Amino acid sequence: MAEYLLIFRGGDAARTEEQKSPEKWQAHMQKWMQWMTKITEDGKFVGAQPLKNAGKVVTGTNKVVTDGPFVEGKEIIGGYLICKAESFDEAVEMAQGCPVLEYDGLVEVRELGQMGM
Amino acid sequence: MNSEFDITKLTDHLFRREAGKMVAVLTRIFGTENLDISEDVVQDTFMSALQIWALKGIPDNPSGWLFRVAKNKAIDVLRKNRFSQHFDFSDPEKTLLQSEYTLTTVIEKLWRDDEIQDDLLRMMFACCHPDISEENQITLMLKSLCGFSSSEIAKAFLTSEDTVSKRLYRTKNIFRERKIKPEFPEPGQIKNRTEVVLRTIYLIFNEGYNATHTSNIIRKDLLEQSMYLCGLLVDNPVTALPEVFAAKALMCFHSARINGRLSDEGEIILLAQQDRSKWDQDLIRQGNDLMNQAAFGDRISTYHVEAAIAYEHCIAGTFEATNWTNILHYYDMLTAMHPSSVILLHRLTVIFKVFGAQRTLEEIESSGFKEEWKKNYLFHSLMGDIYSTTLPEISASHYDQASRMTQSEAEKKLLLRKKEALENRN
Repeated sequence: MAEYLLIFRGGDAARTEEQKSPEKWQAHMQKWMQWMTKITEDGKFVGAQPLKNAGKVVTGTNKVVTDGPFVEGKEIIGGYLICKAESFDEAVEMAQGCPVLEYDGLVEVRELGQMGM
Repeated sequence: MNSEFDITKLTDHLFRREAGKMVAVLTRIFGTENLDISEDVVQDTFMSALQIWALKGIPDNPSGWLFRVAKNKAIDVLRKNRFSQHFDFSDPEKTLLQSEYTLTTVIEKLWRDDEIQDDLLRMMFACCHPDISEENQITLMLKSLCGFSSSEIAKAFLTSEDTVSKRLYRTKNIFRERKIKPEFPEPGQIKNRTEVVLRTIYLIFNEGYNATHTSNIIRKDLLEQSMYLCGLLVDNPVTALPEVFAAKALMCFHSARINGRLSDEGEIILLAQQDRSKWDQDLIRQGNDLMNQAAFGDRISTYHVEAAIAYEHCIAGTFEATNWTNILHYYDMLTAMHPSSVILLHRLTVIFKVFGAQRTLEEIESSGFKEEWKKNYLFHSLMGDIYSTTLPEISASHYDQASRMTQSEAEKKLLLRKKEALENRN
């Protein structure tokens, strides 16, 4: 069994409307709960956190610091989940249940790699 | 209206009632190994309440307010301890407390008002785990489920605050080492484990009923809290054993008489002199109903018999009308079930009522408990009564002896009054 990183992009912008209404927000969080509960009950959950929009970017050998990230809207990383899966297909299947997809977001599925010596 | 006095009074009462509930829920979330943190969250919540209510007034739903604040504080604790080794998130129910996506939803799911009674029961089973000694069980129950401070517990049990702290510390270590979880026992264990919980609750009740050295407020709260906890056992079909009903009935009969039992000055009023109109008829009726409900199963517990004795006292319109013969019959039953020195000593006082001095002295002479009784102040108090009309000097020396042996100020005063009565008689 390998570990996979699911990167959630976008979706956040569409959620601001919900954040203003406690009921809608709660209903939305309930969907995350259902999705993640299933993964947990299957024993495949490793970790997951949302990310704030603001950040800093450090670039180059000069280590220049700028405000970032530069991407916006649909491209911005809103959060991640790490899970275990038997195969890439299974990880993709899990990603298909992610609530972020309901709000025009996208999920990038990547297998965690191993560094060669 | 919202003077500081009102707030303190209200929060005191609320504290007792709500602290246990919050600790029980928080312990299910944090685990028994983090009981200290649960208690801190509850403490912080009450501090916030005191500060904010003093400024803004008491909210309409104080306990709802407390729960909401405690919930938020619990969320803060979990955020700080997301990666802590001291928190065990391995239970699937708790795993998602680690993710911000699900944290508040899981808290809401765990903190369900209709689950709180079960949480309290689960916590009671943890506090009364067989690996924990009786005195430590009592101490922990009072601290974590009844909202008593260490100094109040120390006062109630005539011990030092230091001793109480040590007991709590040891018990919490046992929780950690044995990984004791707040949960219902296996079906096969329910009966035994419920009996242990019941015994602990009854000991707390007894402390409230008998201890005359503590303040009236603490005494009343001991009675109220122990009856509340016993009520939880009654209300849950899993724990509603016949002896649970019987014990609750016994507590009702005893507490029905509490208002007649002590004078305003905290002096004990003898059963014979109590104003029976002060007895709480509602509690007597409630006890009677419980006795009827207790009449199932194939075994009679000591609670059944003790409740029957207390009932006899409750229904006697006057002291003279007391049916001592019935009471003696019940004491004979108790003796057969559990022939302890204390029960036989109480039986002896009834023998004295029914048969008089001569027969009582004969029973004392032929009893194997004679030497043990001599170590109990109650025995000397009885001997004082036995000789009060015939040999006042011997009677007085027994009252003195009894007075030296009891730690209760109210008992000492009562014995002194009896001694003075001897002198007036002669």
